[in-house]
Amino acid sequence: MTTPSPLAAIQPSHSDISILATRFSNMLNPDNRSGYSGWIVDKTQLLAFATALHEELGYDYLSSVTAVDYLPQAQIEVVYHAYKTTGGPGIVFKVQVPRAFEVEIPSLVSVYPGVELQEREAWDLFGVIFTGHPDLRRILMWEGFAGHPMRKDWHEPYFEEDTKPLKSRWPEGHPVMAESKNIYGDNIAYPVGFDPENKTFDPEKALYDALRKYSKDEIGLGTDRIIVNMGPQHPSTHGVFRIAVLLDGEKVINLKPVMGYLHRNHEKIGERNTFIMNMPYTDRLDYLSSMSNNFGYALAVEKLMNVKPPERAEYLRVIMAEMTRISSHLMAIGALLNDLGAYFTPMLYSLEERELILDIFEAVAGSRMMCNYFRFGGVSRDLPEGTLQKIKDLSFERLPRKMDEIERFLSENEIIRSRGIGQGVLSAENAIRYSAAGPLLRASGIPYDIRRAEPYSIYDRFEFDVAVRQNGDIYDRLMVRFEEIRQSIRIIQQAIKKMPDGPVMAMKPVYQVRVPPGESYGRVEGPKGELGFYIISNGKPNPWRYHVRAPSFINLTAFGPMCIGQKVADVVAVLGSIDIVLGEVDR
Amino acid sequence: MNDMYGKGILKGLGVSLKRFVETYLDDLTWFGKRYRTDAGIAHRASKNARGIFTVQYPEEKIPVPEEFRFLPFLVYDEGPNGEKNLRCTSCGICAKVCPPQCIWIVRSTDPATGRPVPDPAEFMIDADICMNCGLCAEYCPFDAIKMDHDYELASGKRNVYNKERLSKSALYYESIRPLNAGRENAFRAAKVAAHAGFSE
Amino acid sequence: METNEPNTSDIQIPPEMQGQVALTSLDKIYNWGRSASVWPMMFGLACCAIEMICAAASRYDIARFGMEVMRPSPRQSDLMIVSGTVTKKMMPIIVRLYNQMPEPKYVLAMGACASGGGPFKEGYNVVSGVDKFVPVDVYIPGCPPTPQALLNGLMKIQEKIRGESIKGSRWYQKGADMAEIPVPWLGPDLIDPRKVPNIKSGEKV
Repeated sequence: MTTPSPLAAIQPSHSDISILATRFSNMLNPDNRSGYSGWIVDKTQLLAFATALHEELGYDYLSSVTAVDYLPQAQIEVVYHAYKTTGGPGIVFKVQVPRAFEVEIPSLVSVYPGVELQEREAWDLFGVIFTGHPDLRRILMWEGFAGHPMRKDWHEPYFEEDTKPLKSRWPEGHPVMAESKNIYGDNIAYPVGFDPENKTFDPEKALYDALRKYSKDEIGLGTDRIIVNMGPQHPSTHGVFRIAVLLDGEKVINLKPVMGYLHRNHEKIGERNTFIMNMPYTDRLDYLSSMSNNFGYALAVEKLMNVKPPERAEYLRVIMAEMTRISSHLMAIGALLNDLGAYFTPMLYSLEERELILDIFEAVAGSRMMCNYFRFGGVSRDLPEGTLQKIKDLSFERLPRKMDEIERFLSENEIIRSRGIGQGVLSAENAIRYSAAGPLLRASGIPYDIRRAEPYSIYDRFEFDVAVRQNGDIYDRLMVRFEEIRQSIRIIQQAIKKMPDGPVMAMKPVYQVRVPPGESYGRVEGPKGELGFYIISNGKPNPWRYHVRAPSFINLTAFGPMCIGQKVADVVAVLGSIDIVLGEVDR
Repeated sequence: MNDMYGKGILKGLGVSLKRFVETYLDDLTWFGKRYRTDAGIAHRASKNARGIFTVQYPEEKIPVPEEFRFLPFLVYDEGPNGEKNLRCTSCGICAKVCPPQCIWIVRSTDPATGRPVPDPAEFMIDADICMNCGLCAEYCPFDAIKMDHDYELASGKRNVYNKERLSKSALYYESIRPLNAGRENAFRAAKVAAHAGFSE
Repeated sequence: METNEPNTSDIQIPPEMQGQVALTSLDKIYNWGRSASVWPMMFGLACCAIEMICAAASRYDIARFGMEVMRPSPRQSDLMIVSGTVTKKMMPIIVRLYNQMPEPKYVLAMGACASGGGPFKEGYNVVSGVDKFVPVDVYIPGCPPTPQALLNGLMKIQEKIRGESIKGSRWYQKGADMAEIPVPWLGPDLIDPRKVPNIKSGEKV
């Protein structure tokens, strides 16, 4: 059986291609670079093309927007991936502009409101100004930061070489601490002529001004409106995340999330690393579900390398990915109950089951959370003795029984029902417009699950249902997670029965992988939603561009609209039900 | 809701009460050997664990599985006079494959001829950068650097380890990873035998 | 294993009073009380925070050490467990929280990122170790350290507390030793007010 070429994975259906080629021939050209696919759109026709794509062809879900800096060709390119919520492969289209310090491109917020945060990120990291964007401020770095960090000619203070491995480590690797090479003894550099005593700029002013611009009219008594900052250090378990709310008494008028407190430069470090070195770094993205992140990255690079793992490795990958989904949902259920006020007891119950799953990860991959288990062409090692029996015990006996107990414990509780039913509602059309993904989308009534819509790996061989609920409130998101855990247990049971024996790697383990030039977008259905990796390789050992489409980051676009009109206490519960992980939001 | 308001909360409280009772029932069935024994610790990590789940560190420690990886260490074989022959040849593959580049190796040179000698003069790992990924151990062709099991490393100073601190004997390696060590020794013995058979 | 008995003096106690009277020195009982009820500040930044939550959960209970009261407010806590990567955007907030903690206060750098920058040391938004701004008492390596390693580190903090003495401790000296750490602010890059003379003169720190 021939392996499908990487291009076939992202080609839309035949009728769509013919419509695009004929109707829009004046505004777009096919992308003919070797290894690339998709369409290049003229900058002036971008809005018209996007509107036509949305209204006429039915591509209503814009999944990912990112920018690429092509320094040798003196171009900046912005890449868009659009999909249909009825399923199937998607369309890639790009806009190219000549490279300058700050370039301008029309914004797509009026057609697809879900691109709002992603366009702000492209402005912050690349210097692309999106004309027409309602609130273009920096999102991951702070206002006043010098430069746009992801540009190829912007070097960080500890910069040694463009790519790893670094020559200073071997053979003359005299250990030198990086701090001693910098004049301030830390990772800091200032522009020339900077006067540190001239502190006139206030970085918070732009945020508070944007917050005060809201669209509802005032009726009734003129009351005072206060701005309250919740975070970044707060008792919830979600991490360093800050919410600025504009309040009228207890009611929320406007809400803006502020992120970037855990921005760890994953993408810049990813461009310096080789392909195999990026695998442990992907563990630290959504640190509760490391096997899923590894899966997405391995799929994206395997599409470029045109390598398929052996059968046993595919089954192992599915078993590990589904166990990760169970452990992440258990943590999400515990954290949501923690936010609702049940201080720690339901979390103790769900963490107990999670500990048993982490024991299996420790026995197989070596570490409880940062598993680093997948490799290009398979998995790194086979299951040790006795682990298969432990997985069988968990999935056939203990987990179904315990999930019944936890569900009995929580789902009819009157307090959870009254705080959850009808609060924080996200309607179905809004969920698609704001590019929501994962349980957030499915609780609002849209049955879009990548394992069904565009199956990857061997998911088309298993029988499972897609968990959907209709109302889109906090209670439904909790119930969707319970249902997904049950479906994952079902998949693991089928996979254990059918797993064959055999090798677990398709090729010999090498640390210098040869990846042919091209681009690829590999996406998996992670526990939080659609996790996508966009990789551009130019034939060298290091990727040219490495971008992560993070589901938690994009789900936060819907956070503001969901909370307007609710009380302050509900804001915390809504955030808990979206279930964000800061490692992914900030990368 | 046509039944009593509050029934859901009572159901939840019933679940908690069941767990509370199970702990004491479990204590009785184990006759006091539930704590501080290996069988008791293993029971609390199995699928039949019920009641209280705590493993009381530091008196009871959960045994670490073989594949567990914490910080790396260098393996040396003991010579006849007790000298430590490091297996490392300073080929540099671990330094090249380490993702955060936390390994520094100085290859020693022969002072007479100036040619490189397969032995490290200096070998340093900055444990405050190491991400415990295990790629150095996975790609070492000489079985010279392996991942340790020791996690009790808290200290009052920064953790930068030099060659002496990192060297541990091959017997220690075999005691923590018996299956891996057995497989590697068998592989090496087969290679030696094939070599010997070849040269005859 | 150290004993945690409060009775540490050589004076003999008459048998009828032995269950009721203990003779000790002020240092020992003061330190015993403090070390057996350290209240950590709930300050989870990144992945290490999940291992801290697992250490507080039922399998590796830290309530056995007296530490289950994890206060989110710095005014009510003794120990700041910096768990996770410290970024430049977050650094002013960490210093402000440290200043708000009442003395005696301790800092534990959990994980590779808080000790020395970790795998993200080369990033443009990462501070290479929280000890660039805040004095650290115990460093725990690992990425992430398992909950048992964290408990080992907490036991080292307890040992350190037990070894202190009231006369020699820096909290109770006369004079302004415990000056607050000046809060850094965000300009074109993170600016540490203690290094302003170096920035202006261009000399190496």
